[in-house]
Amino acid sequence: MAKFSKKRGKASPKVSTASLPDIIFMLLFFFMMVTVLRDSTLKVAVNTPEATQLTKLEEKSLVNYIYIGRPTIQYRDLYGTAPRIQLGDKISIVDDIPLFLEQHKVKLPEAKRTQITSSLRVDGEVTMGIVQDVKTKLRKSNQLKINYSAGSRSGKLEN
Amino acid sequence: MAKTKTRDRMNNEINAGSMADIAFLLLIFFLVTTTIAEDKGILVKLPPWSDEEPDITKLKERNVFSVLVNAQNDLLVRDEPMKIGRLREAAKEFIRNPQRLENMSEAPNKAIISLKNDRGTEYDTYLAVYNELKGAYDELWETEAQKRYGTPYSEDMPFAQRKAIKTEIPMVLSEAEPTNFGEEDN
Repeated sequence: MAKFSKKRGKASPKVSTASLPDIIFMLLFFFMMVTVLRDSTLKVAVNTPEATQLTKLEEKSLVNYIYIGRPTIQYRDLYGTAPRIQLGDKISIVDDIPLFLEQHKVKLPEAKRTQITSSLRVDGEVTMGIVQDVKTKLRKSNQLKINYSAGSRSGKLEN
Repeated sequence: MAKTKTRDRMNNEINAGSMADIAFLLLIFFLVTTTIAEDKGILVKLPPWSDEEPDITKLKERNVFSVLVNAQNDLLVRDEPMKIGRLREAAKEFIRNPQRLENMSEAPNKAIISLKNDRGTEYDTYLAVYNELKGAYDELWETEAQKRYGTPYSEDMPFAQRKAIKTEIPMVLSEAEPTNFGEEDN
């Protein structure tokens, strides 16, 4: 008995916390990598529809976003309630799209410019008229890779 | 005296105990600001713009699967009304035409899906229709891949295999300029 307690007393009871900073740093770097600081505040309400045949967009730097939806309540006085287009931080019109695409394009190396995708984040209740105008403008500006942003759906459609 | 001197030199390290706290602080900052919002969606390749009207007179009618969506979000598929839930199966049957029916596509690589909507169609409906049509092709590719190579269809497949499947069943989805009958909301 005495022998037993002796041995226990000798062994150091503390867990070494020396590696704790390293572990935390590892987590820190992980989050730093995956973080995308929110760059634009939405001025239009966008509630994307749901779909099943989805593809994941890989490189975020190669994607530009076009939002279409009705202005949120605090911007209604300014922009009305009809669906509007938001490019970056501003409510825009269809004719602003070529400039917006160009501004995104010049930031990228030349080799990657063909892989640019335009992600359309469109509210489900918006009618196709404005979406069609945007699509036509994108085609005219030779930006042909687009992505209809959507959430994933698990349920079935009604017959 | 000599002994204390060495001890002093030994203790000349910076105390790293607060390192963890600093790292924690940064970690929490990034945790809060992070949005792991991965963007998913339906990838589409638009046709290049041309001012000429496309010539559709050369197409045989049996090869065209026309889908019309009106401003009331109703579907008209090959001149018959249809619910969205049935669209995928109908499209698959049309493309494959297992019974070699006279009024369906001659071969999967000759089938063309023509989609036309109205300016008043809701985006929700449009995307659901597009999703079903894409789903039909995805499922056909899947069965073809299983039949030929015994593997599920994916982007990781050898390029030659994927190309073989896509030449057998190419996805041809043509979108016509929308009509303008419906109410557009302003």
